[in-house]
Amino acid sequence: MTVGPGIQLQGSAQLGADLLFPTTTLDLVPGGWTCLLGPSGIGKSTLLRLIAGLPTGATFNGTLRASDDAALDGRVAYMAQDDLLLPWLSVRENVCVGARLRGTRPDLGQADALIARVGLSDQASRRPATLSGGQRQRVALARTLMEDRPIVLLDEPFSALDARTRADMQELAAETLHGRTVLLVTHDPWEAARLSHRIYLMRRTGLETMPAPPGTPVRAVEDPATLRYQAELLGLLRSEP
Amino acid sequence: MSPLMTRIAVSAAITALLLGLWHTLVVLADLPPFILPSPWRVATALWSNAGLIARNAWVTLTEVLIGLVLGASLGAATALWLAVSPMARVLIRPALVLTQALPVFALAPILTLWLGYGLWSKVLMAILIIYFPVASAFFDGLMQTPRGWLDLAQAMQATRSRTLWRIRVPAALPSLASGLRLAAVYAPIGAIIGEWVGASKGLGYLMLLANGRAKIDLMFAALVVLATMTLLLHRAVGWACDRMTARLD
Repeated sequence: MTVGPGIQLQGSAQLGADLLFPTTTLDLVPGGWTCLLGPSGIGKSTLLRLIAGLPTGATFNGTLRASDDAALDGRVAYMAQDDLLLPWLSVRENVCVGARLRGTRPDLGQADALIARVGLSDQASRRPATLSGGQRQRVALARTLMEDRPIVLLDEPFSALDARTRADMQELAAETLHGRTVLLVTHDPWEAARLSHRIYLMRRTGLETMPAPPGTPVRAVEDPATLRYQAELLGLLRSEP
Repeated sequence: MSPLMTRIAVSAAITALLLGLWHTLVVLADLPPFILPSPWRVATALWSNAGLIARNAWVTLTEVLIGLVLGASLGAATALWLAVSPMARVLIRPALVLTQALPVFALAPILTLWLGYGLWSKVLMAILIIYFPVASAFFDGLMQTPRGWLDLAQAMQATRSRTLWRIRVPAALPSLASGLRLAAVYAPIGAIIGEWVGASKGLGYLMLLANGRAKIDLMFAALVVLATMTLLLHRAVGWACDRMTARLD
């Protein structure tokens, strides 16, 4: 596939009379991972939902454009912390749900290939309730890949997973989403440090661009430079007044 | 003992206990049969009038089943309409609630006047009494689709009708099921009230007739059959609802 386009969001958002975030510029790395790091309730998800075209309840004053100047409609896939699997469908049916919802015929061969890629071939006919949290999030990743969109928005997709599963999922996501423009919203500095090409720290005063992490993603869990960088990010997060 | 056997044993024990209490009450208070007949008298009346009771029970069952199917369908259709149309929510919903302020019982004589003494006035009573619980329960379910699923559907550019049929309706089936379980118990009430107001057959008619002729044992026999019928109907609908929602787990 072709490399995903860059995305630029510029503007401010208001929630009723309150300022949710001041005038802000967010530039997504074309074909790479951009991370939006910040504490809970700061408006990270609102920013992501604005790009996804989902309802936010906030009023956005500003512009949103892709580097190729084409509309974003139909080019964005979305994955959230909750796996959002439909419990009455099998794993395979969940992976194909996008086509079903649009009224088109899903490519079942492609679905099975993606299910195999996330390591769940043996579970393809099972219901989500019979899977572990990590397996369910793998299904959600396969469903996201099935959409085959150049832009992928990830809203804390690994936050609910245990440490080992989270590390595995980060690597799987980095590998399978390679070449796409990814926005990752997270409150976890380790995740940001491992996966990102560019990191924004979101504070009440707006977005701060961090220096790029050392090396290239996905960085090894034991890489000392990444661990040091993660500690610096955590320090910055904690210095928030 | 298997769970099923335990349940049957418990039900049988409770039934025996209640029958025992009933019998003791009749004997100790020395109640005459035209006030409260003993369980044995009721059983005898049931046996000796089996044909008569069965014919009338069949009439009531027909009214209840037609009422249940039509009332549940209309209720479910209304819920779908309200769920997809904000305009309908503004216009129709207050009217729906208002109809509940009218006691359906008070309408029975009017329905009999309009539709006559036959089947349809009772069917309509059953429909009126179950329509609201079904519509209300299903509508609530349809409006409470988890936000995340709707976000996902929107991000996937789902059409509105496919979002409705593939996400909102399946997600609301447990709510519809609780409405249907209520309807199974309410529908016989509607049919019986209809029969009390004006009918020439049915269990409600038979009970009034027996009462008028001081055949209280026959009246109780009809009541026992009605209660059994309602319980079985509730069980059958419950089973069907479980089958329907089993796919959702």
